[in-house]
Amino acid sequence: MEKIADKGRFGTFGGRYVPETLMPALEELDAAYEEVREDPVFHEELGEFLEKYVGRPTPLYHAARLSEDLGSLNIYLKREDLCHTGAHKINNTLAQVLLAKRLGKTRIIAETGAGQHGVATATAAALFGLECDVYMGEEDVDRQALNVFRMHLLGARVIPVTSGSCTLKDATNETLRDWTASVRTTHYIIGSVVGPNPFPRMIRDFQSIIGREARGQILEAEGRLPDACVACVGGGSNAIGLFHPFVDDAGVELIGVEAAGRGIETGEHGASLNAGRVGVLHGCQMHLLYDDDGQIIPAHSVSAGLDYPGVGPEHSYLKDSGRARYYAIGDTDALRGFKRLSLLEGIIPALESAHAIAFLGVLAEEVRQAGETKTVLVCLSGRGDKDVQQAEGLLRELSDEEAEG
Amino acid sequence: MQSSGRFEALFERLSAEGRPGLYPFLTAGDPNLDFTRRLIPALAAAGADGFEIGVPFSDPLADGPTIQRASMRSLEGGTTLRRVIDLVAGVRAETPDPPMVLMTYYNPIIAFGLKEFCAEAARAGADAVIVPDLPPEEAGELFEAMAEVPLEPIFMLAPTSTDARIDLVNRSGGGFIYYVAQMGVTGARDSLASDLGGALERINRVKNRPVAVGFGIKTPEQAAEAGALGDGVIVGSALIDVMEKEEEEEEKFGAACRFIESLRSALEKSRTAT
Repeated sequence: MEKIADKGRFGTFGGRYVPETLMPALEELDAAYEEVREDPVFHEELGEFLEKYVGRPTPLYHAARLSEDLGSLNIYLKREDLCHTGAHKINNTLAQVLLAKRLGKTRIIAETGAGQHGVATATAAALFGLECDVYMGEEDVDRQALNVFRMHLLGARVIPVTSGSCTLKDATNETLRDWTASVRTTHYIIGSVVGPNPFPRMIRDFQSIIGREARGQILEAEGRLPDACVACVGGGSNAIGLFHPFVDDAGVELIGVEAAGRGIETGEHGASLNAGRVGVLHGCQMHLLYDDDGQIIPAHSVSAGLDYPGVGPEHSYLKDSGRARYYAIGDTDALRGFKRLSLLEGIIPALESAHAIAFLGVLAEEVRQAGETKTVLVCLSGRGDKDVQQAEGLLRELSDEEAEG
Repeated sequence: MQSSGRFEALFERLSAEGRPGLYPFLTAGDPNLDFTRRLIPALAAAGADGFEIGVPFSDPLADGPTIQRASMRSLEGGTTLRRVIDLVAGVRAETPDPPMVLMTYYNPIIAFGLKEFCAEAARAGADAVIVPDLPPEEAGELFEAMAEVPLEPIFMLAPTSTDARIDLVNRSGGGFIYYVAQMGVTGARDSLASDLGGALERINRVKNRPVAVGFGIKTPEQAAEAGALGDGVIVGSALIDVMEKEEEEEEKFGAACRFIESLRSALEKSRTAT
């Protein structure tokens, strides 16, 4: 199966749709990345940090009580929530900071929604003593005060973004604007498998450690490959990291779970693969939420990490080629998944990952109706500590509604 | 690539008069489409040689605060790409000569349909298109869509552009070459980039068409300085800043005309000075 076509495209998706000022830097980054891909010294250094600093390999945990509860599924959780900083984001930021040092860049910039990628970037920048500025929508700065404090503590500057809808997509615009002015000294660490080539391909490679480890671990545990891999999809970096090493295994179903927010029919969601059209934003062609005039529609999800109107171009390709399928889970079901995993396994998942957990209920029903059982590998992309305050209020509302209903 | 002929005619006249061209940028529909429709002919009378007409976009990532604000005002007023094309047609009916360039991000064109967009823009009387997030490498589909109609693509060069990229833009583009005079986004600056002369020298040696200098030009003096180094100047944010300072529409209108007159007069003087 052809995974990547000409000019860093995945089928027709991807590309490099950016202002001229950035083109030379992307060409330079592309060349540098091609060099380090094959460089054992780079991989040895990165591997050392991933092991001793991030805590890799992360465990593959057999979720026995959740499996029993759902009946028809045998569930394994890939515990990215146990990574340093609490999510898979650090796999990417650490690798990119190493790359930035090679390029001789002295400053790092990043966009962040809830602040997880911002914290992971600030962490990697602190580790290597680089200057770090993180753009964050003003609304998110207010909602995620603790992560703002963490970034400050790690020596980063947090710049509130007041343009547009004041959320992740606007923070991304602002980071690109900064980069256009500062590209000679600054490296931009994009947080997901989006943006202009080579970012989607490079970040996929850095996150593929998730799937490579999980593949070995499940072979050891079960003596065979899983029937399905499941992961939540915002931009889609944890999902592509899990999927990529399984793409050539035709017997392994790949399922991404998007945010249906308040319901796809309400228009307030983050389900670009389920309800978007092919468009161009932030440097790449992908499935995107926009209106009939081409204006971008702001996304909505209870989880800030899925609150993005686009999706990685490789996911667009996997969907259109039929290799992967994408399902959407709404805010309320995600909250139920959040609660279910906490109660049954003693693991509080990030609200993003809770979408993947909630989908297991849907999958269990499908499998039961087919009279089968399946072994499923799920990426638990992050831990839920960052979400407990928000979830407390939302779960109270939910139980009130259910008591009335 | 087909041409409407308006750029060629203009370049000939500019060359005969020995002065750089003056190209104002306006966000269409700021504060409303009727205002823009009236303003373009008035600015032509005040000394503008051609126009960049900006289509507002929700996520203008190559633009600074001034054009972001203008875009938001315009979108709130209901401006769409279709209405901007209609505006061009309306202006063209009474202003036959000045080249008009549509400037739009790529996604509104995708939503409109590439072929439909090129056909309708050309029919309305637009001469060229600038898509700031579409470098020549990614423009294959747009080239195909405009092959049958008199509409040209204008590409940008920047301080970071390599010789290979200067060559690529030379080969791919029509109209003029748009030289981005500073690193970063659009917006008026207090001084021009110190290496502007050197950068333009590199392009002037190999260019196969006139170079217009944009990004950051704020005053008549800066326009004269940039005009002396290139073949034309583009002034956008500074023009919008001038209009933003005024409350009433008619005051905005008058301020814009006076600003364009002052730029034109500075460009004329720079010619007699050299």
